[in-house]
Amino acid sequence: MKTYDEINEKIKSRKAVVMTAEEVISYVDKKGLDAAAKEVDVVTTATFGPMCSSGCFLNFGHTTPRIRITEAWLDDVLVYSGIAAVDVYLGATQLRNSDPANLYHPGEFRFGGAHVIEKLVKGERIQLFGLSYGTDCYPRREIRTWLTIKDLNQAIMVNPRNCYQNYNVAINASDKTIYTYLGMLRPNMKNATYCSAGQLSPLLNDPFYETIGIGTPIWMAGARGIVYGEGTQHAGNVPRSENGVPTEGAGTLALTADMKQMKPKFVRAISMVGYGVSLALGVGIPIPILSKDILKRTTISDRDIKAPVIDYSSDYPNRTGKTLAHASYEELKRGEITVAGKKVEVGSLSSYHTAVEIATLLADQIRRGDFLLNPPSQRLPVDKKFNSLKVKESGRYE
Amino acid sequence: MNKKQAQDTRITKKYFLYFPKCETEKPIVYHLVKDYNLMVNIFRAKVTPEEEGYLVLDLTGTEGEIKCGIDFIRTFTVEVNESSIGVRWDKNLCTHCTNCLPHCPTHALDIPDRRNMEVKFFAEKCIECLACISNCPFGACTSVF
Repeated sequence: MKTYDEINEKIKSRKAVVMTAEEVISYVDKKGLDAAAKEVDVVTTATFGPMCSSGCFLNFGHTTPRIRITEAWLDDVLVYSGIAAVDVYLGATQLRNSDPANLYHPGEFRFGGAHVIEKLVKGERIQLFGLSYGTDCYPRREIRTWLTIKDLNQAIMVNPRNCYQNYNVAINASDKTIYTYLGMLRPNMKNATYCSAGQLSPLLNDPFYETIGIGTPIWMAGARGIVYGEGTQHAGNVPRSENGVPTEGAGTLALTADMKQMKPKFVRAISMVGYGVSLALGVGIPIPILSKDILKRTTISDRDIKAPVIDYSSDYPNRTGKTLAHASYEELKRGEITVAGKKVEVGSLSSYHTAVEIATLLADQIRRGDFLLNPPSQRLPVDKKFNSLKVKESGRYE
Repeated sequence: MNKKQAQDTRITKKYFLYFPKCETEKPIVYHLVKDYNLMVNIFRAKVTPEEEGYLVLDLTGTEGEIKCGIDFIRTFTVEVNESSIGVRWDKNLCTHCTNCLPHCPTHALDIPDRRNMEVKFFAEKCIECLACISNCPFGACTSVF
């Protein structure tokens, strides 16, 4: 048993033993759990993939005369300005004004909020256009100007739902091609898409949210951030394997970090043909090895993590609850799974290659003594259920 | 294999041709087949009168026949490129998510080592079907024309 203080002391004196959630698997296998638990201080986890529920609060500073922005666009992407005078929230999936969306199906979705976020992080210039009704204290009615992230007082990424614990494998059992947030799915189960870092993914290494909770320090695209709460749709009360790992979505994290410190490589806009735009984001989370059990849970390997294969042509949109099969991440990463006796080619939207890079960067940072850990101020709920929305007849509420 | 056999062996080579505006009306492919005994397999073409044009093709013939055919093409102001194709994969934009893999019919986009899951592009296998271009969320695949 180790404490956070003991681990932090070792980090400060640059003596901490840190390894990635991939490296720790073979290490524990070789050394044995007891010996390894004494040695290893921190295991780093990571993921890089589309996280639609991403966005940022921006503060422009005040103009002379002042304006209380009531509607605004950044590079023609609508931002939410129903907050204080010159604050806005820019959401990743918002499309550019006049984007034809799926008018000509499948749409290309070339530019949206995620692209503006990507440009900001790269330090590129963007255009602000804002309107106001004007008040005695905020007389200006219109503003059009150019700015970069350096001109902003704050650019704070605030993402209500990132790092899904596990995720569906999407497949198409119909006889027509479909376009989904998990990519283009050809008919008759010709291909499938998964989206998780598997054995490297943060919440798969801490399945009961023992160390990852509110206040946990994180690496977010190179910036120092924190987990500020349970993510939206967080639902730990789902079917789990014997090892405790959920066999479907389950937990999520709400994350925040200073966008000014982020590295462009890990903040990437994506365009999903026929679906929309989103933001791919790199997140790394350290797990302190406080006990043997915590270490054991970080040794989970792709072989022992299962994801549900769901038909996105009917079962997903209509919420039938039907699962065609379960596939392990070992099979998925090999590039081929078998569903109903048929071999299906598999691709991913989550980059394991980039996740390894992030877990290694974070491990190096901890070894250098640049990243200290702290206990969560509050645990994330394990027993929470995911409720659905019932559509009520108009005018009636029971 | 003696020298004579080597000369008679039919081989296949891939070429990327760029036609400036003035050359687009000449039936070059016809002459390659008829006069130089070459088998032509066109992957992709964009040859429009009054505009510049592009042609990506395989030429199959003996080494000598291919050489003569290419020399013939060079008599026009057509740019012949052996090392290039019409599809580009930008290593710096690729995040190695692997979404493209099931959409690439010839495994030109592939993961040589499944341990590190790094995506690589093997241009010589690319048949320019362009499936990667619409399917890459990061815009790492583009077409020259």
